[in-house]
Amino acid sequence: MIDARIGVIEERLKNVKRIIAVSSGKGGVGKSMVSAAIALALAKKYKVGLLDLDFYGPSTHLIINANEKPVEKNGILPPIIDNIKFMSIIYFTEENPAPLKGKDIINAIIELLAITIWDELDFLIIDMPPGMGEEVMAIIKFMKNAEFIVVTTPSILSWETVKKLLIFLKENKCNVVGVIENMVIEKSIENEIKKISNYLGKIGFDENVENCIGEPSKLLESKFGKDVEKIAVKI
Amino acid sequence: MHEWALAEAVIKTAIEKAKEHKIKKINEIDLKIGEMQDIEMDIFKFALDELMKEYGMEAKVNITIQKTRLRCNVCNHEWNFDEFELTEEEKEFVHFLPESIFSYARCPKCGSQYFEIIEGRGVWIEAIRGNDD
Repeated sequence: MIDARIGVIEERLKNVKRIIAVSSGKGGVGKSMVSAAIALALAKKYKVGLLDLDFYGPSTHLIINANEKPVEKNGILPPIIDNIKFMSIIYFTEENPAPLKGKDIINAIIELLAITIWDELDFLIIDMPPGMGEEVMAIIKFMKNAEFIVVTTPSILSWETVKKLLIFLKENKCNVVGVIENMVIEKSIENEIKKISNYLGKIGFDENVENCIGEPSKLLESKFGKDVEKIAVKI
Repeated sequence: MHEWALAEAVIKTAIEKAKEHKIKKINEIDLKIGEMQDIEMDIFKFALDELMKEYGMEAKVNITIQKTRLRCNVCNHEWNFDEFELTEEEKEFVHFLPESIFSYARCPKCGSQYFEIIEGRGVWIEAIRGNDD
């Protein structure tokens, strides 16, 4: 038996030039903020999509204030929020928990990829959940040309876990664009990161970034946003 | 319509698989669709016909709807999808993304959200029959 939905994924993504999965081995490193801000920064010049695959903790809809809903037309057309085509499980689960398990996660990803009509994009940014779970495996399996950006903080607790993800991605021949060091106060682990990966840049700790949630233009103007923009041009 | 996206998935996959197996003309496709997909059959069949015309195909599509079976991992109770009492809006969400059922449904016996979809989701091509000339 063949799952027909899988056969159409390539077709759905054929006009997407680059797929970038923003990942981390560790939670709480700011992946969603970084994903959303990269998407917003790139959307100033390019056609950009943002897909939230963090099913347990979707949050990019809050960051970009995605109030508009998808439209059904020969599939699902993502709403355009601040020049970004946006898709998230939140449109189907609303404020409820989504306690999906292994194969449910894979099936939900297959379904979303099979029915979402992205059309032409220069970049599809994917906000990944923390860790090396089914979502990472699904990206490797169904989006063979996907590239990874890995986010860490300077904390050894974060970096030790992120290193494992980088090793895994390398062993599985995944294309890693590089590592972003987020929430840097003084101490940076730039040299440590450079030993094993491309260093995309650092984002300084910005205590006011919380006030920019839901206000995309304010986010890009913040200290955090400015740092992200410097990194986005290197992608 | 969401049905168009799934119909396109069927036709594209059938063409791809026929090529792989050196089938030049597809005569028949056996399709199994999970009940949870909640497909609007008239629209789906219309979409299949239109897409087949577009790709120069004339195949008979045999569709079977697979009933959804669910099993609770806590109390082992098994039940059917139609035993859930979902609102129209929740049904619509499940139609688009069957896995959203985990956000809305509970085991009817013990109330747990820790249950499995044993069968009844997805769109499956079971067989393709045709000629190689």
